Amino acid sequence: MAYSEKVIDHYENPRNVGSFDKNDPSVVTGMVGAPACGDVMKLQLKINDAGIIEDAKFKTYGCGSAIASSSLVTEWVKGKSIEEAAAIKNTDIAEELALPPVKIHCSILAEDAIKAALEEYKHKQAK
Amino acid sequence: MNYFELFNLPQGFDIDAAALAETYRELQRAVHPDKFAAASEQEKLLAVSRTAMVNDGFQTLKDPVRRAEHLLALKGVDIRHETQTVRDTGFLMQQMEWREALEDLAQARDPHREIDALYRSFSAFQTDVSARLRQLLQSDTEQDWHTAANEVRKLKFMAKLHQELERAEDNLLD
Repeated sequence: MAYSEKVIDHYENPRNVGSFDKNDPSVVTGMVGAPACGDVMKLQLKINDAGIIEDAKFKTYGCGSAIASSSLVTEWVKGKSIEEAAAIKNTDIAEELALPPVKIHCSILAEDAIKAALEEYKHKQAK
Repeated sequence: MNYFELFNLPQGFDIDAAALAETYRELQRAVHPDKFAAASEQEKLLAVSRTAMVNDGFQTLKDPVRRAEHLLALKGVDIRHETQTVRDTGFLMQQMEWREALEDLAQARDPHREIDALYRSFSAFQTDVSARLRQLLQSDTEQDWHTAANEVRKLKFMAKLHQELERAEDNLLD
């Protein structure tokens, strides 16, 4: 299957790979998995007191499209408010990376990773 | 299509593999294209689609994960592998750790011992999941079937890990 140039670029030069210290109170983690292909994605967001995402890191085990989707998402969320980040849709990711229909689940995974991380944020705020 | 009925087997997670193989051979003979050499085009087409159905039924019932999916589909539960993501953090952490262990194999001092240990861990985990799945599939409540669907999803991840481990093992032998 042919990957788009953008997927190959993110796959070969993934942005923001790695982890933050999970004990840092400003860090939240979203873990999601896609049963279709066994992909696992961890997305961490560093959110400041004003509710702005200052930094993002990811670690993904999966195909090129899954890695590209998570890499793209870390770039997109930086500088965004949590409301803006929550509005990112899998269709935006799929369109930007020109994902074929069989790889749409990779973009769903990335969207759900943001949601999972933001849920943890809300959970932390509520405490 | 209920494949358990097609193969005349009791509908359940545990299956008589010998009976399945035996019925498969019988069904294959009955729909073999050679038998329809002199038949009309319509009958030939029908035989081809019957053959495809018998083959799909056999592959579905033979594989425990696909068999469980089929059982759930018959109960009206769609697994939706393509769109339904898994959020079980504990399970996903374990998946990440195992993937990291696979990555580290290349640098391991005694990779074959590590590989054996991973095979044992994977199979112990799969046995646990399968035991829970067996129980849940016997239940009459819809909630248990949805929990069963989650267990099936876990087995899909394990199947992927197994593939990756086999590939890592092959690479070491090269």
